[in-house]
Amino acid sequence: MTMKVSSRQVDGVTIVDCSGRITLGEGSVILRDTVRDILSKGNKKIVLNLQNVNYIDSSGIGELVSAFTTTKNQGGELKLLNLTKKVNDLLQITKLYTVFDVKDDEAAAVKSFK
Amino acid sequence: MAMTEQRVSYTLDSSLETIDNAEQKATIIATELGFGEDEVMQISMAVREGTVNAVLHGNAYSPDKKVTLAFERTGNDFVITIRDQGPGMDLSKIPNPLAPENLLKTSGRGIFLMRSFMDVVEIRPSKTGTELKLIKHVHGTSAGGKEASQ
Repeated sequence: MTMKVSSRQVDGVTIVDCSGRITLGEGSVILRDTVRDILSKGNKKIVLNLQNVNYIDSSGIGELVSAFTTTKNQGGELKLLNLTKKVNDLLQITKLYTVFDVKDDEAAAVKSFK
Repeated sequence: MAMTEQRVSYTLDSSLETIDNAEQKATIIATELGFGEDEVMQISMAVREGTVNAVLHGNAYSPDKKVTLAFERTGNDFVITIRDQGPGMDLSKIPNPLAPENLLKTSGRGIFLMRSFMDVVEIRPSKTGTELKLIKHVHGTSAGGKEASQ
């Protein structure tokens, strides 16, 4: 299953609902283009909802890091929401759980932005 | 494809399709060997990462270079061998992705993940390519400790 994304606005926060696989190739490119597009429109509060992301490889992990740093470098914040166990485990073993702000409740994630 | 009773091997193009293909084959064979769901995921992801390295970093997507992928059941081990025809990986340049200065790098986690998921990871670079051997002990056998020899 390839990756699909759709974006919506909640109280000034852009929530990106992702589904499928974030892997080398199309999945990583879609995520990169989506985040760049959001930032180019001036939206700097971003939540990636990964509830339906069932697989991610090292390239996908790299793309999450890239999205995080790109957003931060533009004065914004990017948070992760609703990680599946597989993605959660990967962020744990790569120590990226300490880098990302990970939420498991959408309303709380939206409220957490400054 | 070449097949023997306990070994199957493939010669594949240096393409993105090969990466997905290798992962799918690993999933099927690991499942057939009786590995549990989590172990199948670990094996398939390790094979995916190894194939990414072969296609991307080894062969650099060259249409003239092939990736050889072999799955073998030997005794209590499931052995996967991935060979590329690139210039040979420089093992001294493999970063530690857990080091604070590397945490926010966007690449360099593939070998780390392979070592996390497999019982043995051997990397043998040469001027004519790199051979990667991934070993997972078959369910019910002692892992004998994780080891990453180079």
